Amino acid sequence: MTVYLSLSGVLFLIGLHGFFTARNLLRRLLALNVLTTAVFLLFVVMARLAEPLDPVPHAIVLTGIVVTVSTTAVALALLVRIAGRPRDEDDDAVAGPRGDAG
Amino acid sequence: MGVAGVIFDGLLALALVWLAWQATRAADLFHAVVSFIVFGLLMALAWVRLEAPDIALAEAAIGAGATGALLLSALDRLASRDGRHRMLYEPATAWGFWIPAGGALLGGLNLAAWKLPAPGLGEEVLASLKLSGVDHPVTAVLLNFRALDTLLEIGVLLLAAVTIWSLGRAPSPLVPAMPSPALPALGRLLFPVFVLVAAYLLWRGSHAPGGAFPAGAVLGAGAILMLLAGARPWIRSSEHGPWRWILSLGLAMLLAAGVTGSLFGGAFFEYPTGIAGPTILVLEVAAGLSIALLLFALYLRGEPCEHGYRGAGT
Repeated sequence: MTVYLSLSGVLFLIGLHGFFTARNLLRRLLALNVLTTAVFLLFVVMARLAEPLDPVPHAIVLTGIVVTVSTTAVALALLVRIAGRPRDEDDDAVAGPRGDAG
Repeated sequence: MGVAGVIFDGLLALALVWLAWQATRAADLFHAVVSFIVFGLLMALAWVRLEAPDIALAEAAIGAGATGALLLSALDRLASRDGRHRMLYEPATAWGFWIPAGGALLGGLNLAAWKLPAPGLGEEVLASLKLSGVDHPVTAVLLNFRALDTLLEIGVLLLAAVTIWSLGRAPSPLVPAMPSPALPALGRLLFPVFVLVAAYLLWRGSHAPGGAFPAGAVLGAGAILMLLAGARPWIRSSEHGPWRWILSLGLAMLLAAGVTGSLFGGAFFEYPTGIAGPTILVLEVAAGLSIALLLFALYLRGEPCEHGYRGAGT
């Protein structure tokens, strides 16, 4: 289980860093998905450590997966709208706001 | 677990870290998206190793499948604009902030997880399983003990579909030109198999891993494949208007089940004793249909329109 706990930690850091520092919005979305997976992993490891196996975190994670796909879908629809907006030729339409990453 | 199990876990963890790194760091967006899809599939293996087969099914069907389809179809519209980034990420000085900040947050989360009451709710769920109407603990939690979560979750999915449709019309060539003539024929041939698998997963949910979410995702994936094979989405036209109600059928049925419980003097989502099993089955069918159609609706990326299907418009 230690392997999966550490995996959860590493994925969390990769996701968090990507989410806050990526300049491309699609990359941020991918990082957000990695981040949620890390949190789900922590939940499931906790469920596995319980004796007997705890089904409640499993149900919560299933709910979380569906909520994540909803979030991703809405964000992608917004991204496509942003990219379709007429802008300057050399301006990167899907890049994040310049100079402020938060 | 044995040595082989430990080695397998270690290799799986390394592969997952590498794929997550690729998904967030690869210079090419297509590369990143494909890495993410493979990451989802390997995660399904990790869930199996952690004795969570329900999550493995949902991750493979929804996490990797539906999200992957959404990402790839969006990428089709975004890729041409991505081009050459001068800088993929904020300057490296940001690491000086993010490593301590992320580490502190992670430490806090782990501390909270560590402090949780250790035995969990496994005993309680097993003790009440006989009353729940189903034999599978996760289904019992999802549709009986914590049905409120499921209600809200389908609400979120419906809200997402409404938000996307309210952004405007679906893009006018709904799917890109067909790369291969085999796909339409194969899509039509495979659709009955998708329906069969979805029905099987739905039925299986009462006593084993399965249930409405994987079933809905499989059916939704079948519908997306049909769309790619050239079928027209019938939820767009007014003559099939009433069928759109299936989108909210799951939410409506769950809400009705919840309110009926409280009307008859019980608690919210208290099913009458004896008919809990059939109630859950009906709810699962309704939720499964709704989830299938909602995932499909998300994929359309806009309100499907009757006239402008092949015409101009953005």
